[in-house]
Amino acid sequence: MLDYEMLRLIWWALLGVLLIGFAVTDGFDLGVATLLPFVARSDAERRMVINTVGPTWEGNQVWFILGGGAIFAAWPFVYAVSFSGFYLAMFVVLAALILRPVGFKYRSKKADPKWRSRWDWALFVGGLVPALVFGVAVGNALSGAPFRLDGDLRAFYDGSFLALFTPFTLLAGLLSVSMLVLHGAAWLAIKTEHGPVNERARAFGFAAGALALLLFTVGGLLMWQMPGWRLVGAADTLGASNPLRTTAEAVEGGWLLNYGQHPWMLVAPMLGFVGTVLALVGIYREQGALAFGGSSLAATGIIASVGCSMFPFILPSSIDAHSSLTVWNASSSERTLFIMLVVTIIFLPIVLAYTAWAYRVMFGRVTTDAITASPDYY
Amino acid sequence: MDPGVVDLSRLQFALTALYHFLFVPLTLGLSFMLVIMESVYVMTNRPVWRQVTRFWGKIFGINFVLGVATGLTMEFQFGTNWSYFSHYVGDIFGAPLAIEGLMAFFLEATFVGLMFFGWDRLSKLGHLIVTFMVALGTNLSALWILIANGWMQNPVGAAFNPETMRMEVSDFYAVLFNPVAQAKFVHTVSAGYVTASVVVLGISAFWLLKGRWTGIAKRSMTVAAAFGLASSLSVVVLGDESGYALTDNQRMKLAAIEAAWHTEAAPAGLTLIGMPDSVAQTTRYSVQIPWVLGLIATRSLDGTVTGMSELVLKAQERIASGQIAYRAVERLKIDPRDQSARAALETHKRDLGYALLLKRYIADPSQATPELVEKAAWDTVPSVPLMFWSFRIMAAIGFLMIALFSAAFVIASLRRHDQYRGFLRLAVLAIPLPWIAIELGWVVAELGRQPWAIEGVLPTFLASSSLTRGALWTTIAGFTALYGALAVIEVRLILAAIAHGPIEEEPQAPAPVGTPIPAAPLTA
Repeated sequence: MLDYEMLRLIWWALLGVLLIGFAVTDGFDLGVATLLPFVARSDAERRMVINTVGPTWEGNQVWFILGGGAIFAAWPFVYAVSFSGFYLAMFVVLAALILRPVGFKYRSKKADPKWRSRWDWALFVGGLVPALVFGVAVGNALSGAPFRLDGDLRAFYDGSFLALFTPFTLLAGLLSVSMLVLHGAAWLAIKTEHGPVNERARAFGFAAGALALLLFTVGGLLMWQMPGWRLVGAADTLGASNPLRTTAEAVEGGWLLNYGQHPWMLVAPMLGFVGTVLALVGIYREQGALAFGGSSLAATGIIASVGCSMFPFILPSSIDAHSSLTVWNASSSERTLFIMLVVTIIFLPIVLAYTAWAYRVMFGRVTTDAITASPDYY
Repeated sequence: MDPGVVDLSRLQFALTALYHFLFVPLTLGLSFMLVIMESVYVMTNRPVWRQVTRFWGKIFGINFVLGVATGLTMEFQFGTNWSYFSHYVGDIFGAPLAIEGLMAFFLEATFVGLMFFGWDRLSKLGHLIVTFMVALGTNLSALWILIANGWMQNPVGAAFNPETMRMEVSDFYAVLFNPVAQAKFVHTVSAGYVTASVVVLGISAFWLLKGRWTGIAKRSMTVAAAFGLASSLSVVVLGDESGYALTDNQRMKLAAIEAAWHTEAAPAGLTLIGMPDSVAQTTRYSVQIPWVLGLIATRSLDGTVTGMSELVLKAQERIASGQIAYRAVERLKIDPRDQSARAALETHKRDLGYALLLKRYIADPSQATPELVEKAAWDTVPSVPLMFWSFRIMAAIGFLMIALFSAAFVIASLRRHDQYRGFLRLAVLAIPLPWIAIELGWVVAELGRQPWAIEGVLPTFLASSSLTRGALWTTIAGFTALYGALAVIEVRLILAAIAHGPIEEEPQAPAPVGTPIPAAPLTA
């Protein structure tokens, strides 16, 4: 039952779980940071916004770090090829993300308005830039990356940093930003006190949600005439992980073929649409929980759509289809996948349990009164 | 491979790793000291211990965020800069990194938020448990990272698979219980405990010299003296020399540290000090203590410490054997069913990595002449003066730490905390020492492993990504600027916190509603 093929499928799904876990948890931190300079104007307001995520963002960020570690362990080819190929883009993301922990912690250490304003903009960059670049990266995965592998399976890359930004990948980047801003706004609707910040957050959230709906639709329509990859011949789902043994080709509309063959996969894009609409309704009717639930579903659906469209591809090559990385040729060994699955089954529920407990301890709206009364707030 | 790219990648890794490790030791040690301080608070219920805990918690927080921020780079740098390494050993090396995230980093990062924000929302015992979880998480983190690093030093439980052109795990249990990893873990976390103790001791001494907050300073000093004495003994006694007999590279490292150019009759003497000369292969002006090296390194009177020349001869044999393995791999690439190639690889694959050393000089290692083989074998010797001196300075600081904490322990036990001003001044001056020792410790461990990225498996010069020098200069400049600025800010904030002292600030007065703060980035 638990053969190599099944393990690879499970780890493909877990890769999705990690990306969705990251988008649903740290995603609203990124969205909140992006909104920070716009929804909060006075220092008290900004502190309120920052402290809605202050106690929990650090745990959320581990989804990103774990994502890196898990891709390394389960999909070493993907880890090696994508991060070195998108080298400067990775640097930009890391630099932006490095600003975040220091921004949260150091901002409150001095009362000087200039000091605080600087860190506010650092937090803004730390929210917007990763959200944008992650979307651009997904757009590049869909367009194929210009890499090839030699006989020793060493990766060579023909692209440049600027070539990462095409109209389509920018669309993906903007979709990612609008999706996470919607999510962050929904979080602020739940966590800030009723008043101007809450209202501004909902206004920005509504606009971002509408934009996300539009961009997701346009992106889907573009798929009809975009090249997508498909395997040539039967896949060796049990074979050794060696990309050079696979033959693949790009065809127009290739990323929509899966939906014809497996109509149940349409659940993913539908979830993306329904979630976004629910979030918009929740924001409009001032029902924070509905808005947040909706935006979480939206992120889940949009990310799952990318996975379902591309399956079994993870990172196709635009210059040498033969080098493309798929679920069947880019994984770790059967033994490593099995060991890592056991570890995940044991520890992921524990992580979810204490994360839920941490949110329960910090339950409730953050008010300006509470912030001024306690020295523990940022 | 462009050698410039390899060198720049090494430079960037060294910069970012050494920088990351400025913050990690304090996190490792201070988290457990917070547990001790808060336990005293919970048990005695005296508010002064709450103040003690909260003050050191503040220092912990300022330091912790930079450890996290710079750790992000480390998690992704293997993929960005060492992509062939990532492909070649990801099947083994990725697992401890992923488990670290799942088992340790989630724990520490989730609970650290509650540690800072939960004082009013949790019971006293509840908060203590949260603090303990942070300490447990940070230390488990170190365990998994050192299992990964230990595997680079002693790659057990894995074998080369010609079908996937990479190393694959054969015995995960061996990877977990790698003796090199265990020795490194104990040594490294102990060093972190010493660092935190030195910081707490030094800052407390500073306050006592100034006559400020003496109640808190004395209590902090007592905790630091006891914790520091235990840790400094542990870091020296449980040094990781015990792992140096295990592999050829570890033996080479030991030989370089001791400047043992040739094998000596057992038990070898310890060269206390001298001037190693790599060209003449001798150590000038050396002061030797008979027997001691043999005793430390082999734990016996009759074990020998193999010298560098002898280890180079052995490397030569292994390169020759590796050439056979290399030839077999090339044949298997053409015909995976070639049984004789498979058999040859099976016999010689332990030495495949040694043949790869030749790739620095020749594209096809199987064509190398005996002269080239000898040249490549000499590449297995790391820089002897660097190893010799780094180790000696590190070890000397280790012994100084034992002396410092022994004195502090006696003074604290006699309750004469503020009576020896000379000692207090020394304690302040000692603050930078553990960092020097720790960074040199990593220099010994990692430069001592050269020319290998993975000992005996993958040379460093083959491990990097196919990048351009321009891209590397961009990121090196970027990281240097970013890290430099953050270091300045962190040091200033810590100094300000020390000057401000453990007095809780009054809650900030609310800013008048609607007061604009500059919102344009350029004017900010």
